[in-house]
Amino acid sequence: MTAVLDAPSEAVATRPAAPNRRKPQRFRRAMLNLLALLVFGCSAFPVYWMVNSSLLPANRIRSVEPTWFPAPATLDHYRRVFTEGSFTSSLRISLLVTAATLVFALVFAFLAALAVSRFRFTGRRQFVIAVLVIQMIPAEGLFISQYKMLEGWNLLNSVTGLTLVYVAGVLPFTIWTLRGFVDGIPVELEEAAMVDGCSRTRAFFSITFPLLAPGLVATGVFAFIQAWNEFTLALVVMTRPDGHTLPIWLRTFTDVNRAADWGGIMAGSTLIAVPVVIFFLVVQGRMAAGLVSGAVKG
Amino acid sequence: MSVLLSRADPPRLVSGSRRRSRLPQAFLVPAIAVLVLALGYPLGRQVVMSLQEYGLAQQFGRPAPWVGLANYQALVTDSYLWAVVLRSVMFCLVNAAVTMMLGVAVAVLLTKVSRWVRILTQSGLLLAWAMPVLAALTIWQWIFDSQYGIVNWLLTRLGFESYAGHAWLIDPLSFYLVATVVVVWMSVPFVVFTVYAALTQVPTSTVEAAEIDGAGAWQRFRFVVVPSIRPVLLVVGLLQVIWDLRVFTQIYVLQEAGGISTETNLIGTYVYRLGIAEGQFGVASAVAIFMLALTVVLTFGYVRRMLRTEDA
Repeated sequence: MTAVLDAPSEAVATRPAAPNRRKPQRFRRAMLNLLALLVFGCSAFPVYWMVNSSLLPANRIRSVEPTWFPAPATLDHYRRVFTEGSFTSSLRISLLVTAATLVFALVFAFLAALAVSRFRFTGRRQFVIAVLVIQMIPAEGLFISQYKMLEGWNLLNSVTGLTLVYVAGVLPFTIWTLRGFVDGIPVELEEAAMVDGCSRTRAFFSITFPLLAPGLVATGVFAFIQAWNEFTLALVVMTRPDGHTLPIWLRTFTDVNRAADWGGIMAGSTLIAVPVVIFFLVVQGRMAAGLVSGAVKG
Repeated sequence: MSVLLSRADPPRLVSGSRRRSRLPQAFLVPAIAVLVLALGYPLGRQVVMSLQEYGLAQQFGRPAPWVGLANYQALVTDSYLWAVVLRSVMFCLVNAAVTMMLGVAVAVLLTKVSRWVRILTQSGLLLAWAMPVLAALTIWQWIFDSQYGIVNWLLTRLGFESYAGHAWLIDPLSFYLVATVVVVWMSVPFVVFTVYAALTQVPTSTVEAAEIDGAGAWQRFRFVVVPSIRPVLLVVGLLQVIWDLRVFTQIYVLQEAGGISTETNLIGTYVYRLGIAEGQFGVASAVAIFMLALTVVLTFGYVRRMLRTEDA
């Protein structure tokens, strides 16, 4: 790919300095732009296709010739998703599990990140290494025994059980990320406040904590997305239909309607994707702002 | 990702009060409790189960007899497991390699295009990245649908008449092709964003100095840019390998849609079929342990390197 990419530019660059050097460069830039637009097409088209299909009337979807724009748009599929079947109850379960995971993971990770980043104590190094190693453990290598464990505790098909394994699943990463954010806020800021007479707690909460807010948001969004999208454990733990989370609901919905109701399936996919996309867009700017490396200069 | 690489500065804020404070340890208690309860305990239990005969009878309350390494022995001598392992490793390496190459190429491309094109491309990638895995799977199933899928329509239009009504998920090879398309489509944006961020951190002065010294575009990239973004490339590559080795959802969902599983099982789905579907928890645990071991082997070097960064 890089070779393909570089080939034209190389050819242009090695051309002996033509009287008008800007023209080939502009041509090169145009080609690269075109290539980037192709990348845009490849990444965005499937999403567009989902939304498009969810708005088309059934007879347009079930036609060999594709319809590129939802010109006669209909909301029938969305109406059906909401009124028929178990979308709303799955939505409730998903919201519950996601919210609980988000809160617990954030609080626990925040405390741990604080300890690791701002204190030196016995066992600190071991903890950091353990978190790093645990982060490498694939969840897919553990679901068998997690299933047995929850079964033994009568926590199968319960929001509590699923939340427990979700929190454990996202904790290592959230600790790592938050710790990076806390590290990124210079201790000097707190120290300066303490020199000016602040208590350590006050210095932390009035100086560091506000600077940490973007980090908390970014980390929280990560936990949210993980829990909202998670499939494997939800499939294993929530076996009863009334306990299905949205991803499981979408899969069973696809199964039941195989090849018959692509409009409904695409409407369901769109509904699941919308909150994630919104969250992603919201934190885009803040992620960058979270890196406050420039707070202390020289 | 720079977050992951941040060096561990010796924290000095409270070095004076080190002796009397138990506060930091207390801060770790909730996190450790959850990790031990929901990861440590199952891991231990999984090791135990893998050494027991644990089938449907035990599921209904019969005590599980110890069988030593019999589960492992049965697996090692089972050619099907090796087929599954080989498939998983191949799938993982191909997907990780394709993702990394495309991701780095697109990241480099983004540094060379007009601003508006870059922003547009980034938003497209962001959209693909943000798609929940199940939504992405259903989208691609629809795109590859045999009757009304747009891929078959396009191929037929281009003159490949045989693709009219072609079922992509029935043949193992094209099954993996579809799975790879989904996995790569979903993972490339992450690589692009992290690598692009790293690329913008490469000091222009160094690159210009190399240019003045007569280095060509490829040489500048290979000997100046790549070394300075190496840590990021390593971490991102490692994550791809881990994620692609443990891939479960994509394979499972496509299997359910296509109806073939024996020929397409990877380790994750094999564990699921053995354990959850057939109730052979002993054997399934052994396979899962095997999968964990494989992850350790594949990532050992990377992890050690990261730990060294941690020590520094």
